[in-house]
Amino acid sequence: MDGQAILRRLRSTFGSGIAETHDHRGDHTAVVERSAIPDVLRVCRDDADLGFDVLMDLTAVDYLKYPDREFGPRFEVVYHLYSLSHNHRVRLKVRVEEDDARVPSATDLWPIANWFEREVWDMFGIRFDDHPDLRRLLMYEEFHGHPLRKDYPVNKRQPLIGPKV
Amino acid sequence: MERTRREIYLGEGSGTGSGSQHLYVNMGPSHPAMHGVIRIVAELDGETVVKADVEIGYLHRAFEKECEVGPYNNAIPFTDRLNYVSPLINNFGYASCVEKLLGIDVTERCQYLRVIMSEISRVCDHLTCIGASAMELGAFTVFLYMIKAREYLWELVEDVTGARLTISYARVGGVKADLSEGFALKVRKAFKETRQVLEEVHKLLTGNRIFMDRMVGVGALSREETIAYAITGPLLRAAGVPYDVRRAQPYWAYDRVEFEIPTGRNGDNYDRYLVRIAEMEQSMRIVEQALEAIPGGPINVDWEGRAIDPASYIDRGKQGKTEGLLLIPITLSPNLAGLEKPVHQMVNVADKRVVLPPKEETYGSIEGLMNHFMLIMDGYGIRPPKGEAYFPVEGANGELGFYIVSDGTDRPYRVRCRPPCFPPMAALPRMIEGEMVADVVPTFGSINMIAGELDR
Repeated sequence: MDGQAILRRLRSTFGSGIAETHDHRGDHTAVVERSAIPDVLRVCRDDADLGFDVLMDLTAVDYLKYPDREFGPRFEVVYHLYSLSHNHRVRLKVRVEEDDARVPSATDLWPIANWFEREVWDMFGIRFDDHPDLRRLLMYEEFHGHPLRKDYPVNKRQPLIGPKV
Repeated sequence: MERTRREIYLGEGSGTGSGSQHLYVNMGPSHPAMHGVIRIVAELDGETVVKADVEIGYLHRAFEKECEVGPYNNAIPFTDRLNYVSPLINNFGYASCVEKLLGIDVTERCQYLRVIMSEISRVCDHLTCIGASAMELGAFTVFLYMIKAREYLWELVEDVTGARLTISYARVGGVKADLSEGFALKVRKAFKETRQVLEEVHKLLTGNRIFMDRMVGVGALSREETIAYAITGPLLRAAGVPYDVRRAQPYWAYDRVEFEIPTGRNGDNYDRYLVRIAEMEQSMRIVEQALEAIPGGPINVDWEGRAIDPASYIDRGKQGKTEGLLLIPITLSPNLAGLEKPVHQMVNVADKRVVLPPKEETYGSIEGLMNHFMLIMDGYGIRPPKGEAYFPVEGANGELGFYIVSDGTDRPYRVRCRPPCFPPMAALPRMIEGEMVADVVPTFGSINMIAGELDR
């Protein structure tokens, strides 16, 4: 299936669940409504023609300071899927508002989502509902804030945490 | 309260007399068998690992955040420090992702050059991985042999890039400099030595009783689970899935060279070892073919007229004495000191918006100087159009992907690196649970965790 066919298939299956689709530099992208993402991911994995068996990457982008997007939803959670059997890729995105930064977890579909989602929570402060173990991954528990947010200053320092002596 | 003997040895609460109790053992973050800082908290029942938790992040250097601060080319030195055993692949992967955003193709010679340098790095990486995990099983000789072979290859890398580890060789739109003179010959010599080492190691390890006892059937992960954990690279191929980005979605010149994708069957540590050994041979094959096929041929520096010392050439340009400078040919070393104009055009894209002009032009003409400053000044530089791109390359440990979002300015809005050893580390508890505590070490070694790219 080429990228356009994948996007057509997703649009026809989910209708209003797919907010928009685009194709930039050969990367095909579908923006998915948050409520539809668990079903979209499940169909992407289980449908024989789509067959996306690998969750290649899961990350997020903070659009707080992006030109012309200051007033839209602040975050985008980005899924990169790959199909080993069909050798094609697709990118799915879910937009979430700052004051309601939660996305359904994909851990029941792919175990690797566990760590990817922990990293996104750590770096962006986006919560994943039904995640079994949403701890920080790279930073330590005592760390305040989420460093990859655009309003976290790059030169901010926090006290080093060590064993109490 | 009276203490039992067991409590004195194992700590309080470890035995109250009523049956066995589990013991928690910390491995790392600073442990001789943990190459790289990582902590494994293992719950043991006797010597069997019942449950394990992996803690990472000890080497977090805010790579992704730092990339957002500077212009596009400033991130190249940061990518060196991701996988520091094969930094060239990270360099090229990042540069290629920005090129994809810009919509430009690098020159033919540069594509081959990237293939050659990536494959040399891949051999270095596999040598380090096998050497280190063999050492942890007691085969110290193998480690020394393999590091010896890596030394020959790092000399090649040093010869081309000028550095061994922090090479910063790629540029958006090309590379820093062309191959050095007589490079093909040096490669032949180094590969001869490397093949000899591989032959020796093969004799030492492959059928070795001790090695096999520790590796066969240990740390195995089924094919389905490997895929579900998004594991790529040698670990996935050892489980029998012939997925390789170089073959599945060829980039650079990989569609023009012949190579095989070695696969295993059982997905255990031994198969991972065999896959890596076989891949090194394939990588060397690729380099040899690419050196044959690389266009542009040898760089003949056949200058006529007065030669001028590069330093004084640049000094004259800085003093404003530019008249006639362009007419005087300059012999700069193509590798370390700079780049001659004809070489520069062979390995870099002819796109003034992206690539710095050759130094002859920068110091010899006002147009070159303006071009140079347009790329260096704050707020100018390389400005890809708004958009996003994901570019995967086959790193030594699997798919290394860069996802870059551009907002149209000269700095990347967001750089995401998909580190290839992140998924295997997430799956490490699954690999070691139910096995003996001594098996943690070879399994961890076979993953080839590089903390630099894992923690970023």
